[in-house]
Amino acid sequence: MIGSREMKLPKLTAQTEAALPVTVIRPASGWVTLGVREIWEFRELLFFFVWRDLKVRYRQTLLGASWAVIQPLSTMVIFSVFFGRLARVPSDGVPYPVFSFAGLVPWTFFATALTQASTSLVLHQNLVKKVYFPRLVIPIAVVLVGIVDFAIAFVVLIGMMAFYGLTPTWHVVWAPLLLVLAIITALGAGIWFAALNVRYRDVQYLVPFLAQMWLFMTPVAYPSSLLGEPWRTVYGLNPMVGVVEGFRWALLGTTTAPGPTVAMSVAAALALLVGAVYFFRRVESTFADTV
Amino acid sequence: MSALAIRIEGVGKEFPLSRVRDQYPTLRAALASGAQRLVGGGRRARAEGRFWALRDVSVDVHAGEVVAIIGNNGAGKSTLLKILSRITPPTTGRIEARGRLGSLLEVGTGFHAELTGRENVYLNGAILGMRKAEIDRKFDEIVAFSEVERFLDMPVKHYSSGMQVRLAFAVAAHLEPEILVVDEVLAVGDAAFQKKCLGKMQTVSREGRTVLFVSHNLGAVRALCDRGIVLQHGVVTVDAPVAKAVAAYLATLEDASAYDVAERTDRHGKGDVRLTRIEVTSDDDAPGTLTTGRPARFRFHVSDVLPGMSCAFDVFDPLGQQITYFNSSLSEIAGSAPGHAFVCDIDELLLVPGRYRIDAALSCNGELQDKLEGAVFVDVDHGLVRGWPVPTFTQYGSVVLPHRWTTPA
Repeated sequence: MIGSREMKLPKLTAQTEAALPVTVIRPASGWVTLGVREIWEFRELLFFFVWRDLKVRYRQTLLGASWAVIQPLSTMVIFSVFFGRLARVPSDGVPYPVFSFAGLVPWTFFATALTQASTSLVLHQNLVKKVYFPRLVIPIAVVLVGIVDFAIAFVVLIGMMAFYGLTPTWHVVWAPLLLVLAIITALGAGIWFAALNVRYRDVQYLVPFLAQMWLFMTPVAYPSSLLGEPWRTVYGLNPMVGVVEGFRWALLGTTTAPGPTVAMSVAAALALLVGAVYFFRRVESTFADTV
Repeated sequence: MSALAIRIEGVGKEFPLSRVRDQYPTLRAALASGAQRLVGGGRRARAEGRFWALRDVSVDVHAGEVVAIIGNNGAGKSTLLKILSRITPPTTGRIEARGRLGSLLEVGTGFHAELTGRENVYLNGAILGMRKAEIDRKFDEIVAFSEVERFLDMPVKHYSSGMQVRLAFAVAAHLEPEILVVDEVLAVGDAAFQKKCLGKMQTVSREGRTVLFVSHNLGAVRALCDRGIVLQHGVVTVDAPVAKAVAAYLATLEDASAYDVAERTDRHGKGDVRLTRIEVTSDDDAPGTLTTGRPARFRFHVSDVLPGMSCAFDVFDPLGQQITYFNSSLSEIAGSAPGHAFVCDIDELLLVPGRYRIDAALSCNGELQDKLEGAVFVDVDHGLVRGWPVPTFTQYGSVVLPHRWTTPA
């Protein structure tokens, strides 16, 4: 009889079926790996999530693209009036509007990625409850989608620099690496809060407030040259400090070489990301039960 | 004997009761209780109750077998499928599955309303675990199966729900994993499309793939499966050839027509009087499921007798839409003084076959005393209205009105 339990079980490694992958499902244990390989296996799904969000977002092309620009641009105008004009905040020898916009472009990328990633799992709860895939794909996709907005804002920044007659120095070759640093920071913070938000539903109210605090703790409206050493290097523990200062240095050639600060930020960002992924993986298996 | 496809060994799943009550923990509360523990000397305020949705389930499934998992709501079927699909981990035990495992848990999960049908085929395929190259290859076949060719470049928000379901099932049906887990997907679409889905599943099993099938459609279960596993309260009670398993399951339904609700905690109202037990029976108090066109009797047992007490219940269709409402205070109650039960008799149940949710409530002089959402779920079986068969629930409606057609000259 089929499936009789007393029957002697055939070996699972029968020759003809040797090619089939074996999945083992076990209780969640305390020890987890970062699961990087599995993310790689699901890279096509990651691609499709990014593709879907871009498609929906830019279906009405003008509207989608304009949002990417309006937000940092209007903040720049406010900053220029209040901090640049009225409070006379120094701007490392470049016109204040370009100075603040160069900081706002990576900052807006980060802040958007953080807030959207933090709610991403809850927004995708239908999927999380019904289909298996590495859940990290969801916040990662959200962060990657932001790169397109960043690119659009970046073009505006180049236009602004041309308007003010600023030409980038050869330092500009570092800009892509600084973008990578911004992505790592956004992933780190976004993944932390995505996981926390599943567990504690009030985290979603905390994130916008946190993003605001973080903005003031990052030299977007003011230069980090206000600080002397060694505090400027210590300041780099906030990874966005390295991103913003590095970005200005690479594009505007502000004289304050941010080397040690950026190095500090790289270390902090990597620690943030590894910690985030580890925490995420630890609680990942319970998402479907708690979301 | 073919090789093992799935080996389930001693699998159990435990949930904390707070989840069952559907409360979300907050960071604020967690921090507060953490601080309290710190101050109060490290003792937890109260041990949380836990409950086992599955207990010590051990099943071996061989490659090419089509196995039905049968059981009442809450018997643990969905939990088992969720563990198999790796959506939730088991608390105990271990499962080994050979080959790609694809699950059709709910059709249309992951559809995006703003995207076109064509785009959704790719998105949904990727979510279900298909490679882009694989979707490219099967694309025409999927579209042909779904019968929505003409609307392929239209956003799916303009699709009817039937069209969405067809497209979604078409994608899922072409997943072609070695192990296919199917949950209730056949309860959707019109009769012709259901037939097509059944046919597709039969083809899948003929190709030597392993299928795990969860359904309330016992006819489909009998037609498709070789073997049936009956789950009751999280435990495997029967594991036998399908005819035997279905018969054993039907025998258990007798108990299932009465529901003890006294212990439920998810209730609203003042609580001076409460619902304790609800019995749903067909004609002459015969136990078993209800049948379209036959009498139905709802008996609500209450904890106390209070003056001015009344009983009401709402009926919802499988999509959660309210269909009708019954209230004892709106009609004259036959019988003497109020007793420990309210009985509502329906002479002819004019609901189409399907699963219905009942919300029940007690009031005293207009004040809500006790309300249970989802107090009972009742299955209505196929039956005749005025001598004509009534099709299963579709999105087209859930009520049958007795009628006749003529074609006057």
